[in-house]
Amino acid sequence: MVERAGGAWLPARLRIKVFAGGFIVFLLLVVGTLGPLIAPHDPNVQQLRATLKAPTWFTGNHLLGTDNLGRDVLSRIIYGARVSLLVAFAVVVISGFVGVSLGVISGYLGGKADFAIQKLVEVMWAFPPLLLAIAILAFLGQGLFNLILALVAQRWIQYCRVVRGQTLALKNRDFVAATQALGASKARIICRHIVPNIVQTSLVVGTFAMASAIIAEASLSFLGLGVPPEIPTWGTMLADGRIYISTAWWLALFPGLAIFLTVLGINLLGDALRDMLDPRLKRAGSV
Amino acid sequence: MAAYLVRRLLGTVPVLLLITLLVFLLLQAAPGDPASLLLSDETSAADVAEARRRWGLDQPVHVQYLKFITTAVTGDLGKSFRFAQPVSEVIAARLPATLELATAAIVVAIALAIPLGVWAAARPNSWVDNLGTGFGLFGISMPNFWLGIMLILLFAGQFHLLPSAGRSTYGVAGPEQTGLYFLDSLLQQNWPALKDALLHLTLPALALGTNMVGILMRVTRSSVLDALQEEYVVTARAKGLAERRVVWRHVLRNALIPIVTVVGLELGALLSGSIIVETVFAWPGLGSLLITGITARDYPLVTGLVLMYTAAFVIINLAIDALYGVIDPRIRY
Repeated sequence: MVERAGGAWLPARLRIKVFAGGFIVFLLLVVGTLGPLIAPHDPNVQQLRATLKAPTWFTGNHLLGTDNLGRDVLSRIIYGARVSLLVAFAVVVISGFVGVSLGVISGYLGGKADFAIQKLVEVMWAFPPLLLAIAILAFLGQGLFNLILALVAQRWIQYCRVVRGQTLALKNRDFVAATQALGASKARIICRHIVPNIVQTSLVVGTFAMASAIIAEASLSFLGLGVPPEIPTWGTMLADGRIYISTAWWLALFPGLAIFLTVLGINLLGDALRDMLDPRLKRAGSV
Repeated sequence: MAAYLVRRLLGTVPVLLLITLLVFLLLQAAPGDPASLLLSDETSAADVAEARRRWGLDQPVHVQYLKFITTAVTGDLGKSFRFAQPVSEVIAARLPATLELATAAIVVAIALAIPLGVWAAARPNSWVDNLGTGFGLFGISMPNFWLGIMLILLFAGQFHLLPSAGRSTYGVAGPEQTGLYFLDSLLQQNWPALKDALLHLTLPALALGTNMVGILMRVTRSSVLDALQEEYVVTARAKGLAERRVVWRHVLRNALIPIVTVVGLELGALLSGSIIVETVFAWPGLGSLLITGITARDYPLVTGLVLMYTAAFVIINLAIDALYGVIDPRIRY
């Protein structure tokens, strides 16, 4: 659908965003799914005789060098992509589901349901971003499930707010009134007439949520609050690398570069999607 | 205006109450009994029961919550396990460091983003605009902790220009007055200490401020672009005003509302960003204190910090609302 829309009428600036962003995201998906097939080494095998080896670029055994335990940095980055993608994808889908559902209910039903949902939004929104996630992980402990829960806790709000606004506008449109007059149930109107009209916007929100989820996951892992340390992630690699910053620059450079490029690619794609699908969202920014 | 603010202030009370409830529930859900966590393994069962009674842990949950909230309202956040001091004192000692860092980051962000954004909007699709947009995208895609590490690698490790950790060189700073080293050294006219404080601030403030530069620049650009379409701009130009005056005096003032809104929203991101940046730069503020508290399972300290951060964020948002009326006199409440 996006490709079809991206025909010759796309302005050059948008085309660059689509191609650059699309290329990075495509690469990420390939690396993420084919991880074990393309990683040159086992990411957890320690070679204590080959610790802190500098990158050898295109020759030698370790393209991007080894860490303090002699583990291959490139392989760990490739495996790290899987974790980042998995967590971010789960977070985006779950928060999308929660946020869109609550947003539609809040906007369409109004009344007490709207009041309760908006109060919840207000309370969750009152936490500085990431602080709630940190608090959840601090009190409930580490682990994949808690990590996803912690990241979903605030990410559904963005969907909910945008979707509620759109639902309020759609509710007063003639086609909804006509469907109501035909005797359609609320559930039918919501599922068949409202939701299809908010999919595009939610997709744009979802893209930016994905970018922010990847940064948040890396931040939490960096602080030692993410997934257990035996699973390689970009954030934990950076935390380890920071200790050796004066002797082994590659340990801090490459995992961070992976995060940066990934987020940049997703943001580029999100920008392009937003410009193409819904110019009205432009002002909302990619917060 | 005053009536509106009082109404808003009262409106935040239920939100703050719900926040304390949420934090309390999280605390309840934490694995492990605080009593067994605090006492040594050799304590007898009777002693544990006695301790539980003393700390009120044997009371029903709603009674515990009531106690939690009544003590919290009076500013008594309990005693830190790790520091064996009242939580409020531990927090107060670290607060200036975070305030100093956050202020510096905001100054960096505003000083870079607003000129860049206005400049880009004044010449849409020029090289300046492209550069600005590129920088904006760079800013929002950059994880601040990685930027911090890279800055250390470059400016501390490679060029030895700036310090990589802490707030001051040992022995340089004078006696503490406000706790803000920058301000203290100014007040005491201690120039070496001022230079030292600024040097220590530079890298953390850049690392923390860059995300905000990206977002603020984008908002400034689009808001100024919108304002440029207004009729008063045509009038101002027709009067023969210089373009610079039109943009900086007439347009920017009118474009300021979305910019201030975003600064307010981003302060929240700044607060949580500081947690990570402080860890990277060993900055002795609230963020690194929070991480210390979490590692030590110091629940009173963590609870106190979470409540304080959140209350600060709520109050900041309230202050931003109050600012609207000052920026745009047309806004009346």
